[in-house]
Amino acid sequence: MLANLHPYFIAAIGGILIGLASWLLWWGLGRIAGISSITSEALAAPTHPDTWRWAFLAGLIVGGCLLGQGLEIPTLPTRPLYLLIPAGLLVGIGTVWGNGCTSGHGVCGLGRLSLRSLVAVGTFMAIGMVTVTLMRGAA
Amino acid sequence: MTEAVQANPLRAGRLGLAFSAGLVFAAGLVLSGMTQPLKVLGFLDITAITKGPFPGMWDPTLAFVMGGAVCVTLLAFAWTQKLAAAPLFAHQYHEPAVNRIDMPLVGGAALFGAGWGLAGYCPGPALASALLSVDALIFTGAMLLGMLICKTFLSKSAKISN
Repeated sequence: MLANLHPYFIAAIGGILIGLASWLLWWGLGRIAGISSITSEALAAPTHPDTWRWAFLAGLIVGGCLLGQGLEIPTLPTRPLYLLIPAGLLVGIGTVWGNGCTSGHGVCGLGRLSLRSLVAVGTFMAIGMVTVTLMRGAA
Repeated sequence: MTEAVQANPLRAGRLGLAFSAGLVFAAGLVLSGMTQPLKVLGFLDITAITKGPFPGMWDPTLAFVMGGAVCVTLLAFAWTQKLAAAPLFAHQYHEPAVNRIDMPLVGGAALFGAGWGLAGYCPGPALASALLSVDALIFTGAMLLGMLICKTFLSKSAKISN
């Protein structure tokens, strides 16, 4: 069924699901669905008695694992460690320092009409585009 | 464990809802292709827009994902608090308190953007595919380390400035 739909349409449906998940967390727990904040706060206080962060992360990881297999995501070529490790460190440090990522500042922050989030999204999109362009030049 | 759940029905509701939200979030990421870093890099590769008739070799998929998601959150954040005075399983909405546009915000977003552009993973898709792809697992490990380093550093500098 899905295969007959235009890929952009499927992408928008996926986006709507992401928006609905964010709404669910706001309506149910009054929390912003910011993946980087949820992850880093769970890591920083792993034994905190309120374990909703771990429950959310478990859903995200288990869901990604089960559904990712079901939809037969193409396996990607393994990329070098000297690229993946610095990239992961930058994302980890940057999202904690800047207080959010694509979900917290992007999906939720833009939905809340937060100027702060708009600045963050503009910045990480622009730097991401510059980085890809530079990498393309270097390759 | 059972006793704790019985003692506080809110707790079971909170955990069930948080787990469900995580599942739906993952479904959205997988369906939209965001767990495939090449699609994300194809979006960030903006100069490819000049290669051939619009949109050239540029992949606008992520814009549709973001558009679909923000359409929902615009409604959600405008209406939820008007329709429900308190969340289902909590006493209050936790509004982000900070509104400043400052160096940590811009500097952090810039570092994040650089890492995102290098590998094509942001935190959600990395976690959602960490058990499927070795690349995502390695990236996620480094990301968690980066988060811990930054958290530790920030809490130390906060103690000094206080």
